[in-house]
Amino acid sequence: MNQVPLLSVHDLKTYFYLEQNRIAKAVDGVSFTVSPGETVAIVGESGSGKSITALSIMKLIEKPGKIVEGSIHLEEKVISSLSSKQMTKLRGNEIAMVFQEPMTALNPVYTVGNQITEMIRKHRKLDKKQAQIEAINLLKIVGISRAEDVVNDYPHQLSGGMRQRVMIAMAISCNPKLLIADEPTTALDVTIQAQILDLMVEMKERYHMALLLITHDLGIVSEYADRVVVMYGGQVVEEAPTKQLLRTTKHPYTKGLLESLPNLKEDVDRLGTIKGTVPPAYALPNGCRFYDRCPLAMEKCKEANPELYQVNTSHTVRCYLHEKEEIE
Amino acid sequence: MYKYIIRRILVFIPMLIVLSMIVFGLAKAAPGDPFTGRMLDPNIDPEVYEQQREALGLNDPIPVQYVNWATRIVKGDFGESMYYKGRSVASLVWERLPNTLYLGLFSLAITLIVAIPIGIYSARNPYSMFDYGATTFGFFGLAVPNFFFGLVAIYFFAIKLGWFPSQGTITGTDITGFQEFLDRIHHMVLPGITLGLAGTASYMRYMRSEVLDVLGSDYIRTAKAKGMSERNVLYKHTLRNAIIPIITLMGFEFGALLSGAIITEQVFSYPGLGTLFINSITNRDYPVIMAITLLLGVTILIGNLLADIFYSIVDPRIRYD
Repeated sequence: MNQVPLLSVHDLKTYFYLEQNRIAKAVDGVSFTVSPGETVAIVGESGSGKSITALSIMKLIEKPGKIVEGSIHLEEKVISSLSSKQMTKLRGNEIAMVFQEPMTALNPVYTVGNQITEMIRKHRKLDKKQAQIEAINLLKIVGISRAEDVVNDYPHQLSGGMRQRVMIAMAISCNPKLLIADEPTTALDVTIQAQILDLMVEMKERYHMALLLITHDLGIVSEYADRVVVMYGGQVVEEAPTKQLLRTTKHPYTKGLLESLPNLKEDVDRLGTIKGTVPPAYALPNGCRFYDRCPLAMEKCKEANPELYQVNTSHTVRCYLHEKEEIE
Repeated sequence: MYKYIIRRILVFIPMLIVLSMIVFGLAKAAPGDPFTGRMLDPNIDPEVYEQQREALGLNDPIPVQYVNWATRIVKGDFGESMYYKGRSVASLVWERLPNTLYLGLFSLAITLIVAIPIGIYSARNPYSMFDYGATTFGFFGLAVPNFFFGLVAIYFFAIKLGWFPSQGTITGTDITGFQEFLDRIHHMVLPGITLGLAGTASYMRYMRSEVLDVLGSDYIRTAKAKGMSERNVLYKHTLRNAIIPIITLMGFEFGALLSGAIITEQVFSYPGLGTLFINSITNRDYPVIMAITLLLGVTILIGNLLADIFYSIVDPRIRYD
């Protein structure tokens, strides 16, 4: 990781100001980087703040949410201080996003072609005819047969997998540097999931993009990601290159996630579970945020939230168990 | 698309027949016939009345009478008014219809011009002072009865302030052209606002909740993530989706504008269909009542037909059902 990062997020805090003066700290001091061409996965349960992190990078946080602190850089650009007008030039053009629900992520009243071309015309300044040709071309690239017909179809005429392909076609249309995929396969059939992920990786290589993959599925992570950022309670709890994370898992939460995956090598009667749920972002404990659910919790964990300890050059973990392993 | 519209128009025909049967049935169910209350002249032989009844077909079986009546209606013959002697119902209705139509369209225009921007603005700034103000106005508009608002409006704006005339459609007969047009508009302001009050309130509420709903949807987030400008997101991606339920509402409203005008026209002594309708009821002028009832029914049917057609234009999911 000696390269200059493509994306660097530093100490990002995105809070939601709820009724009765409650503050939901959805993202609470998250830092990570993505290098050019790299695939980084953000992993965590629902409510761990991974989607909000992604939306914060796009500056698509709606009221009552707000980015309160931190900086986001895309190469030399400081995203966190761009105006909303400058952001519209960046979104879709330099950072593109694919969402979880292909069924609702496309506008039902416009044709697929219309929704792709409006983006091409905005960022690439092509005329209507060229944009239409380009849209058909893109649909072919993402593996849609009869692209000439599909371009005139409405979203409701397509299957979930097809719609996700359309979303990907849209995302790559302006050759972005970074593609953020927010649980891109969660809503799809298992048989389609691998196809879509393979397609994204293929596109990533073809267009030399970096991929920020947001998922709760560690199975996907092990196969596709170069590096993993594990999030819990709005914070990064462990970060390491994928292989290292899987082999020398440090954080009890990451271990819990791994134990909950089916494994072909070992024969177990029951998959592991992590008891309890993620604490609500407006009522986070003072101590370690995983304290209530941690099988290895100590007295110390209740009192103060541990720092992120650098246990080797590329592995960090937020757990007192590994405090002593910290290197300088 | 055309198939859909043609099919929709074909469905229109049986509905029209059923409607005409109901109107005819209601009129028949009312006691008496055209001679009731006129048999006072002792010099006329009751036999003559009987002959007249026979001649008018009043002794025929009801279904035969219905077919005869319906055939005449199809030919455009609505019969003669019983109250305004010697005047055909058609001429009476045709004379009043434009006034009501102008008033209805004027009121609809005010409604849409006021309600839609307010609704959109409220949705974009929910729970702001403006939004609360609009909500308050909305409840006021729905709660205050038309006739009461009309009377208050006459008291303040016509009598106290003298800004607008309190009744009629036109000041005199000596003005023409653009002057006449302006004068008609001037006369329509108070009744138009009164007529449109409840509609404005409900369109505003609908628009607010629809826009708010659509703004929170996934495809709006997609549009923003594509880098579309705020204008594009609002006018292209949001409005077309938000307007779909409004179209349905307008279909109903189209008919309601004519029937709703009945009370408003009475308050402002506005010579439209509404006043004619009320007068005909007081005068037991059945042919006129039947004609207007039928006309109101037809406008509601047409309103729904138009709504369905527009609906299928705006929402592609409707076309291939």
